[in-house]
Amino acid sequence: MSMTSTDIASRLAEIAGAAGVISDPAQIAAYQIDGKTPAAVVRPGSSEEVAEIVKFAAAERLAIVPVGSRTKLGIGMPPRKYDLALDMTRLDRVVAYDPGDLTLSVEPGITLRKLAGVLGEHRQFLPLAVPFMDRATVGGTIASGVDSPLRQMYGTARDYVLGMEFVTSEGVVTKSGGRVVKNVTGYDLHKLMIGALGTLGAITKINLRTFPMPRMARAFLATFRWANGACEFRHAIARSHLRPQSIEIIAARDSSLLRLDDRPGPLFENGRWSALISAAGEPGVLERYRRELETLARGADRNALESFAELGEAEQERLTSYIRELPALAASASQPAAILKISALPKSLTGLAEGIQSVALRHDIPWAVMMRGVGVTYLALMAPDRSAESLRRLKDACSTAMRSCAERQWGRGVLLWCPAEFKRELNVWGEFSSDFALMQKLKNVFDARGIFAPGRFVGGL
Amino acid sequence: MNARLVDASCRRGYSGAKMPAGTDQRSTRIDARLLRDLQKLLGKGGVLHSSEDLLLYEYDGSVEVARPDCVVFPRTAADVVEIVKLANRHKIPLVGRGAGTGLSGGAIARHGGIITSFARMNLILEIDAENQRARVQPGVVNSDLSMAVEHLGLHYAPDPSSQKACTIGGNVSENSGGPHTLAYGVTTNHVVALEVVLPSGELVRLGDAALDAPGYDLTGLFVGSEGTFALVTEITVKLTRLPEAVKTLLAIFDSVDDATETVAEITARGITPAACEMLDGWTIRAVEDYIHAGFPLDCAAILLIDVDGLREVAEAEAKDVADVCRLHRARDVRVARDPSERDLLWKGRKNAFGAAGRLSPSYYTQDGVIPRTKLPATLRRISEISKKYGLQIGNVFHAGDGNLHPIILFDERNEKQFRDTIRAADEIIEFCIQVGGSITGEHGVGMEKDRLMPLYFSEADLNLMRSVRDVFNPAGLLNPGKILPDSKGCGEIYVRPQSAPPAPPA
Repeated sequence: MSMTSTDIASRLAEIAGAAGVISDPAQIAAYQIDGKTPAAVVRPGSSEEVAEIVKFAAAERLAIVPVGSRTKLGIGMPPRKYDLALDMTRLDRVVAYDPGDLTLSVEPGITLRKLAGVLGEHRQFLPLAVPFMDRATVGGTIASGVDSPLRQMYGTARDYVLGMEFVTSEGVVTKSGGRVVKNVTGYDLHKLMIGALGTLGAITKINLRTFPMPRMARAFLATFRWANGACEFRHAIARSHLRPQSIEIIAARDSSLLRLDDRPGPLFENGRWSALISAAGEPGVLERYRRELETLARGADRNALESFAELGEAEQERLTSYIRELPALAASASQPAAILKISALPKSLTGLAEGIQSVALRHDIPWAVMMRGVGVTYLALMAPDRSAESLRRLKDACSTAMRSCAERQWGRGVLLWCPAEFKRELNVWGEFSSDFALMQKLKNVFDARGIFAPGRFVGGL
Repeated sequence: MNARLVDASCRRGYSGAKMPAGTDQRSTRIDARLLRDLQKLLGKGGVLHSSEDLLLYEYDGSVEVARPDCVVFPRTAADVVEIVKLANRHKIPLVGRGAGTGLSGGAIARHGGIITSFARMNLILEIDAENQRARVQPGVVNSDLSMAVEHLGLHYAPDPSSQKACTIGGNVSENSGGPHTLAYGVTTNHVVALEVVLPSGELVRLGDAALDAPGYDLTGLFVGSEGTFALVTEITVKLTRLPEAVKTLLAIFDSVDDATETVAEITARGITPAACEMLDGWTIRAVEDYIHAGFPLDCAAILLIDVDGLREVAEAEAKDVADVCRLHRARDVRVARDPSERDLLWKGRKNAFGAAGRLSPSYYTQDGVIPRTKLPATLRRISEISKKYGLQIGNVFHAGDGNLHPIILFDERNEKQFRDTIRAADEIIEFCIQVGGSITGEHGVGMEKDRLMPLYFSEADLNLMRSVRDVFNPAGLLNPGKILPDSKGCGEIYVRPQSAPPAPPA
């Protein structure tokens, strides 16, 4: 016999206190994932409480989805079962911060904004310039595996997460790694938790490397008449000695659908391909970036360059935050939209750019694309309106794009965000890889009881 | 034949005293049929099994010793699959080995069995300059890859001190670091995909040349698993653009504290040098006598610091670093004038262990990590431990990331000294853990520190790690007796037995 919501709530209150349980249906509705609503929401205040909650859930076979600020719950497949939302936002402490060692230990529920404030006092930062920056938690950001334009220079979470503490389905608090910048003690289990969407356990602590904040940074915008110009520019930078912080190639058709009040100027002019480059350093160094980037832009693919400019501070802030938030904007656009993430290699970017345009053209769907210098590409496809016909076209375009990822070897594709109803027909994670059997076995080790976000991840994990 | 690739100067470690149980029955352990099958698969020249040949494979760069039953040399992944199947059928342990330069016994057959040497799988399969990737076989020597891509303005960034001998396969297993990992990251930050043969004989690809392959990060989990998950048959790595300019600074100090405080201050100022190495007075004198790198003989410590990047950046940072050094009472700060002077300084650093080997019958290199701000306190503690046991301890380490390598000198013929050496090393590690560090920064746990794991991890942590290992290696066929302490003994700290009699003559 399964427990009623009231039974569940009262047991949870024994563990996390009455204030740690949300039972108001209206509030619970805010924890929906693809239309599924949990029976209860619990907000633990410590790792020990998380462990108790997990033990209880395991005993009662209740499925748990760990959540932060709930900005990225749309990623992945809907959970097969969703009884309990494990809201980690009360676990929001800085456990330890040693500016001199450039290391940090935080609970997962702390928001990126709050943490940026703490680090900023010591002129340090985390290179997580991710979508939903104003609300997202550190834990949600890392568990969802979203990346940042700054990965060009700093890599991704897998490069600067030093260790973690987490609770597996046995309800045991476990850790791996450490809080030093170099460490090979034991297996790096925490690497598995990054991007796993909470399917392996609940993260209760994250140790990170922090970085000194550059004293000065500048952004440069080169606009090209066609895609290959921007791609060749990217390749020329990669061959040079320049070490920019970020390289983003952006283009769109009919960006008005992104309902921007302040449209970011030249970024989304129809048919234009822009490259936004940011660099850090002293004034003399930045001047050299300006000079050499302009030369490289002019030399890229004959006369592809239309304009090159160093951005003023306000414009720079506006465009970089716009690019950071692009996936969020598309995901929350008023019209139905979908976002594909494509793991491409840099060399394939030109082909990918052409392919994207032809897919969108074939299905007559407006699009926006953001290609990072490292190759990882985000494609937003948007329905022009809310009609059934537009929705069908959007779904067909998603399906064609996903198929093209595999067939035309653009790189592995994931349908990161899409209307929930698409997930009944489309496999958002793309095709299987040969290492899937190992992933399945690992899932069974961490989540032997199958209670952590069942079915949300690759291949139904 | 001698297939060892080890730079002889790197290896003067302790050897000869410790032998695994059951040593005397070794000759009967490898089944004649298995031997025949292996020879049929790899040719007679692809299998070593005589005692004098096996002698060369009983050690690595650590103080550990154990003799394998045979050594095989596959040339292809298909060979490796067949070897694994044979080992499986005969239930005989299988241990992968690159150049044998490891410092924690990772490539030693602790419980005997077959060593799979990747010495003949040393091809660079593909260099993809545009995507900055290379696909290599595991036996490719680390610095050979960098040399092969130098004309393209690229390099493979992780640079262990043994880079002229050690293999990329070994680096993957150990998640090797090196002096320049301070700015560029360790092996795991540069490996994107692997082809591996599981103990079941199944060939699997993990990860992808393109970044962010969907699914759990199996590549990230695999790197540093010390040969306990699978045998690696192919590795895809990132290639990194060579910097436009490099400046190497040599800062000379009359006090160790001044040198360590300089390191902390450099970090605090937001400067990330490409490398920041420290050698103490004793080590400097040992190195100078051997390499003649131009290190002053009468100082207490030197810092060897690389800054790199754009010309302007390297110049500005070199100036900033020099200022910090002087602020902390550096007696002198020299900047290498040309590449040959820079190479000489680095040669001094990279041969520090070899230099120690010239001065002592044996030495034990410890590998601990601490938060950088704890450097001064830790070095003081090491000096106390040195006095307590009356053992000479030299210090040469990656100061920039708090990765210590105390070198303890001893004479293997003196049993008390050997036991004291291990105790001193353990005390150093205990202190590292106390101040928030860990038990190994880059050398690995192997068979050297498995007994120390319970100091750092809880029983629950170790149990989960055991279960994860069992996903890949359920029967313990691959590299048994490494990383994780035997489950029954892990509540207590194992005390190493006294030295056993030396090995019988081959």
